Amino acid sequence: MLVVACIKQVPDTTQVQIDPVTNTLIRDGIPFIVNPYDSHALEESLRLKDSNGFTAVALSMGPPNAEATLRKALALGVDRSILLSDRVFGGADTLSTSNVLAAAIQRLAEQDEIGIVFCGKQTIDGDTAQVGPGIAVRLGFTQLTLVDRIEKLDLAKKTVTVRRKLEGRYEIVEARLPAMITVVRELNRPRYPTVPMRLASAKAQVEVWNNEVLKLDVNSVGLKGSPTWVSRIFSPQRTEGEILGDGMRDPVGAALLLVDRLLEEDLLAV
Amino acid sequence: MSEPVKPKRPRGRARVVAGKCAACGARCQSACPVDCIEMTDAGEPLVTADKCIGCLKCVKVCPAGALEMFFTPEEEKILAQLAGTALPEVDEEELERRRRIDPYRGVWVFVEQNDGEPARVSWELMGSGRQLADSLDVELFAVIIGSNVGHLAQEAFCYGADCAYVLDQPVFARYRTEPYLEAMCYLVDKYKPEVVLMGATGMGRDLAGAVATRVKTGLTADCTGLGIDDKRNLMQTRPAFGGNIMATIMCDKFRPQMATVRPHVMPLPERNPAATGLVLPEGFDISEAAIFSRVLEVITDKSGKDRVDVAGAEFIVSGGRGLMAKENFAILEELAGELGAVVGGSRSAVDAGWLPPDRQVGQTGKTVRPKIYIACGISGAIQHLVGMQDSDVIIAINRDPEAPIFEVATFGIVGDLFDVVPALTMRIRELKQARA
Ligand SMILES: Cc1cc2nc3c(=O)[nH]c(=O)nc-3n(C[C@H](O)[C@H](O)[C@H](O)COP(=O)(O)OP(=O)(O)OC[C@H]3O[C@@H](n4cnc5c(N)ncnc54)[C@H](O)[C@@H]3O)c2cc1C
Ligand SMILES: Cc1cc2nc3c(=O)[nH]c(=O)nc-3n(C[C@H](O)[C@H](O)[C@H](O)COP(=O)(O)OP(=O)(O)OC[C@H]3O[C@@H](n4cnc5c(N)ncnc54)[C@H](O)[C@@H]3O)c2cc1C
Repeated sequence: MLVVACIKQVPDTTQVQIDPVTNTLIRDGIPFIVNPYDSHALEESLRLKDSNGFTAVALSMGPPNAEATLRKALALGVDRSILLSDRVFGGADTLSTSNVLAAAIQRLAEQDEIGIVFCGKQTIDGDTAQVGPGIAVRLGFTQLTLVDRIEKLDLAKKTVTVRRKLEGRYEIVEARLPAMITVVRELNRPRYPTVPMRLASAKAQVEVWNNEVLKLDVNSVGLKGSPTWVSRIFSPQRTEGEILGDGMRDPVGAALLLVDRLLEEDLLAV
Repeated sequence: MSEPVKPKRPRGRARVVAGKCAACGARCQSACPVDCIEMTDAGEPLVTADKCIGCLKCVKVCPAGALEMFFTPEEEKILAQLAGTALPEVDEEELERRRRIDPYRGVWVFVEQNDGEPARVSWELMGSGRQLADSLDVELFAVIIGSNVGHLAQEAFCYGADCAYVLDQPVFARYRTEPYLEAMCYLVDKYKPEVVLMGATGMGRDLAGAVATRVKTGLTADCTGLGIDDKRNLMQTRPAFGGNIMATIMCDKFRPQMATVRPHVMPLPERNPAATGLVLPEGFDISEAAIFSRVLEVITDKSGKDRVDVAGAEFIVSGGRGLMAKENFAILEELAGELGAVVGGSRSAVDAGWLPPDRQVGQTGKTVRPKIYIACGISGAIQHLVGMQDSDVIIAINRDPEAPIFEVATFGIVGDLFDVVPALTMRIRELKQARA
């Protein structure tokens, strides 16, 4: 049985800065990383490999340099790493991204039965949380989002029981396999690659599937298959605040000034 | 009769405008019909000019204005000669688009509920939906799915809905993707709305992503601004790249245009208890046997002392790494006590174990919109700012005058929080005693 982890290579957004003059992203030297949530998806698939003998596959759609990310997955212990890369896949929104990922999973399903597809809760760049549900709906898999615990996996009955983390509550849900599960950070603690694994992965092969393999209608992938498009990008507007008093030398004075201002503007009821 | 040979209109070639590319994911490359764009490892385009046919597709598709057309001086001359002679083109594509989207009318808001208890974000969305419906000159619909949820229709009218579809069946008692997905798709197919809004909550995101995929339309996540352009299209503005940039997203060729909005991003509209509307019951039902998931148990963390709701608080006093230790949060608690505020914090404070995770404000925590947000010893990382920058008033207390938190603050005090915060508490206490 297969377990698939969908992993996306993303720019490390903590290091992204805006050029104050041109108002554009400064990306020089910004490292690409595995989307943080996806390392938990990967870890969970490795645990199923260890505990239940699943075959673990890592899947990523992206430009050719996303191979680096998939190589890391091999170093961690997945059995296969597949990069879905083709220029017609470029410029995708979430609808066409899920189309390509679902088609690849469908292809894998022709070779072996799929048990679970793990995705991250969301990415840190696009940040939509829409690709997971997209995959589930396209494949007709049970959709379980925001999972922070796998309670039980019953392969005889083909069910999985998970805990979902929602606002102010948890839900324990039992569902039929195959399932698409999106994971949150609390699910597990990702492992580090061992030195021998890392060395072995340098030689291991990342498979690359282009659209000659997936044979999707070019109007259903990439930019052409995307109902949404970005019409404008700009930096968020910020107005400089007003600094009150000299809080370093006279903290009490500054505090008094602040309270006065709040009262003046009718913001404080005392 | 032979007309004088007119010079052919030069089409020019595309070139990259330095420093503007946002590495959006190779939109230009995939738009190019002749494959004359290659991407660098940094995700920026390189145009092979002699292959370019000047079709303009890449220029149109670039969200960052990083591609432009250029003409040789000779071409410029011809263009100048031809100026004013251009014939208006009949835009076949535009006509086709109209035909496709015209049947869709009306703005919908999905009313999220749990055990019949509505989520506040639904009413916040009703406010946005009302504005959109007014600019489009259409009606605002509430979509209510659940079991024993009839009472929510009247609530929806109080917050601005004109009509309410109500799907009331036992099978909808607990939210599960499959039955809600089927119900939503049934309604969309039958009534064809042009805009559908949902809260960007655990439930809303689960459902919206599934519905958009089934209906094969676009979905924009976590919008912070919604508006209508001159062609009845929804302009959806949202943060991306961890809040470092804002993007306006369009879905002009497909309907419905779907969007989610995080809680507390839109203001709650005033409730009008006298409002009335039209209830539209729908008989749609699904057999339990066709559903492959079951909610076995719901565990609410209402138990115990910690049921503080940061997201809904009117006043928040927040602490970050500058607090230095868990015990020091006592000074924030004291200030919060005087203000009737709730104590929240940055991820650093939560990761250090000084605060429970549900008090975290920011990208991976709660989005808040209190009347007053007081940030103490918080630097103002972008991931924190996206969670609190829409607060009515932001007060920053930090000893580093360069801290980015001052860029979003209404009022700032540059100083040591261990001096400033107790002084604030004292002053407010004094004032209260003087009144009493
Ligand atoms: C500024 C900007 C704004 C955007 N806004 C929108 C929008 O509102 N709506 C929209 O439809 N698209 C939007 N997009 C496009 C969107 O970012 C891409 O479609 C992207 O390929 C997937 O979306 P995501 O990053 O949000 O993924 P999410 O849906 O947040 O990802 C969830 C999980 O799906 C899996 N996954 C996602 N992408 C991949 C991948 N390429 N390979 C393998 N696994 C993957 C991962 O497990 C990930 O954790 C936007 C893009 C930009 C640049
Ligand atoms: C994917 C991702 C998601 C994230 N999500 C979130 C999120 O949801 N929420 C969040 O908050 N962060 C989030 N972060 C983390 C974020 O990037 C910052 O690391 C974090 O917000 C910093 O917390 P801080 O401001 O408390 O600490 P610091 O950045 O260390 O700032 C401490 C500040 O305290 C000031 N200070 C110190 N001592 C004093 C004193 N005595 N008096 C006055 N001022 C003092 C310092 O000048 C400094 O400005 C996320 C990061 C990533 C990568």
